Amino acid sequence: MEVSGWGRHPVTTADILEPVDSEMLKKIVTAQKKSDSLICRGAGRSYGDSSLADKIISSRFLDSFLELNETQNTIRCGAGVSLDAILKLCIPRGLFLKVVPGTRYVSVGGAIAADIHGKNHHVDGSFCNHVQSISLMLASGEIFFCSEHENSELFHASCGGMGLTGIIVDATIVLDKISSTSIQQQSLVANNLRECFDLLEENNSSKYSVAWLDCLSRGNELGRSMVFLGEHVDASQSKQNSNSTLKYRASRGINIPFSTPGFLINKLSMSIFNKTYFNLKKAGKQKSNVNYNSFFFPLDNIGIANWNKLYGSKGFVQYQFVIPSDAAFEGIQQVLNKVSSAGKGSFLSVLKKFGPENKNLLSFPKEGYTLALDFKREEQIFPLLDELDQIILEHDGRIYLTKDARMSEAVFKAGYSNWEDFLKIKTQFDPSCIFASKQSNRLGLS
Amino acid sequence: MNIVIIGATSAIAKASARIYAERNESLFLIARNESRLVELCSDLKVRGAKSVGTAMLDINKFNEHEKALDSAAEFLGSIDIALICHGSLPNQQQVEINFKSAQKEINTNGVSVISLLTILSEKFITQGHGTIAVITSVAGDRGRQPNYVYGAAKSMVSTYLQGLRGRLFPHKVNIVDIRPGLVDSPMTAGMKKGALWSSPEKVASKIVKGIDNGKHTIYAPAYWRLIMIIVCAFPEFIFKRLKF
Repeated sequence: MEVSGWGRHPVTTADILEPVDSEMLKKIVTAQKKSDSLICRGAGRSYGDSSLADKIISSRFLDSFLELNETQNTIRCGAGVSLDAILKLCIPRGLFLKVVPGTRYVSVGGAIAADIHGKNHHVDGSFCNHVQSISLMLASGEIFFCSEHENSELFHASCGGMGLTGIIVDATIVLDKISSTSIQQQSLVANNLRECFDLLEENNSSKYSVAWLDCLSRGNELGRSMVFLGEHVDASQSKQNSNSTLKYRASRGINIPFSTPGFLINKLSMSIFNKTYFNLKKAGKQKSNVNYNSFFFPLDNIGIANWNKLYGSKGFVQYQFVIPSDAAFEGIQQVLNKVSSAGKGSFLSVLKKFGPENKNLLSFPKEGYTLALDFKREEQIFPLLDELDQIILEHDGRIYLTKDARMSEAVFKAGYSNWEDFLKIKTQFDPSCIFASKQSNRLGLS
Repeated sequence: MNIVIIGATSAIAKASARIYAERNESLFLIARNESRLVELCSDLKVRGAKSVGTAMLDINKFNEHEKALDSAAEFLGSIDIALICHGSLPNQQQVEINFKSAQKEINTNGVSVISLLTILSEKFITQGHGTIAVITSVAGDRGRQPNYVYGAAKSMVSTYLQGLRGRLFPHKVNIVDIRPGLVDSPMTAGMKKGALWSSPEKVASKIVKGIDNGKHTIYAPAYWRLIMIIVCAFPEFIFKRLKF
């Protein structure tokens, strides 16, 4: 069957296996031959080739809730459970995920394997900082319980390990207590990149922060952007009663059955950005209470579930990198200059400040600034991205594996200094290297 | 409400059970695989089920049906809904030439359901209320070359249900025949999926809604009713030449 990541590039032909329990999973894993690659895939929301292999194990039927502990605020569930399902269960009970990415439709297993981050990384770290333990099926078919205290080396290799150490069967996640699903949002305007950096820096204590950047603007306006800050509303201090505020809202857009010409996405994002930007500029600053869906998951709410098709039939590449704080401004300025003068990037990009990195060997976030840019796939962008790689490396940065579809082995190894430690642990637990993806083959990890 | 689900670990059953659990109903699950039953049991409890009971049953051991359903009745008190979901998709090439395999498939998909229905009808007549819902298939609407053994078993159940519906009507018991089309579930693993395929969750939501509304025959999703009208309208001299 033909399969691809969220970016719809590259496309590969693979056998998809859908085990319904760990017994069936074990049969698949232990029957695996070294000659073809095997990788686990959750909701298919990684952009490039991290979940592509000759054989793909889908975790979609490993989707049970196993235990909800409302005194310790933890939930244990199968790897195939989506964050959306967790929110649906937990919100009415006054609980929320500590870290959510830009979409609710990722799986727990995927969130751990990619060690995803959210708008609160500078305060709360990444997803795996709140993962208490995982059950990992190794190449031998054995299931290992891994946590900070037990099999901790394997734990830190598997959190953010892109599924290369084994298959996450289930996980225990620590949740946050909330009294309302409303987010008090503050929106600010930044006329250029410097102002944007200053705003993010000044508001470092704000729980959530993120900036939307117009990455086609040039000159004095380079990096013109909007900064969004957020805090959970405390229901006891607001007039709303908590029964009405702790409400899960499902809002899934329609699925469009075809790809639209690539220019449409720029039109769409440009009109959203400009409308908000100029309104905001008039108002100066805006404070409002918004629903968690529109604050955290704007892309789930545009009315189109499969918005990745808006980039056209050839798909797109998302390029997300991080550069340490001291070099970040200069590095990002260089990147934006290059992109805007090439006129290739898509209109909207997202800038975010990261807090300190964690102990996971291949996790992406580290203290600094991260920028995510979309590129409609066309042949000309690949040399451009190679040039951007060099800027990132010169500034001691690295590229997010979950978004990557094309980086070279050298760029990867220069950015991720722990790759050798990772490989050592992988080899120890997967000596015949049965777990491998198209990406890990490309990056020299398998 | 008190609900018993037979073949509870199948994808459609699981998705239906989850809807009922979110409504805080009491459930009794009957299935063959113990570890999967245990897992589903905790899943439903976390989702809000008032209580969940389980019993293991190999559906082709007909003489054990009564015991399993008795334990359901004992656990739940009265049974408001009985949902029969078990089934298997035969390998058509094999069942065409091997009667033993065909018989096994017909037992699983047809005869075992009739055994369960016989026992359930008595229980429901005694209580004088409730719904018995059975998952059959659009494959039972017309015999087709690629899956007529499966279709025949399902059609046997559908015909049986039509009669049973009349018999139980005076006792205020409703009979629901659920006919899913193509469902993307573990039962259809390895088959190429296309636009007409539905998720188990989608089918489950149709089932629960249909039971709520006291429907008789549910095509899930509804467009399968139209598709099957067209399929059934082909004259036989053309249909016998078709391979689908």
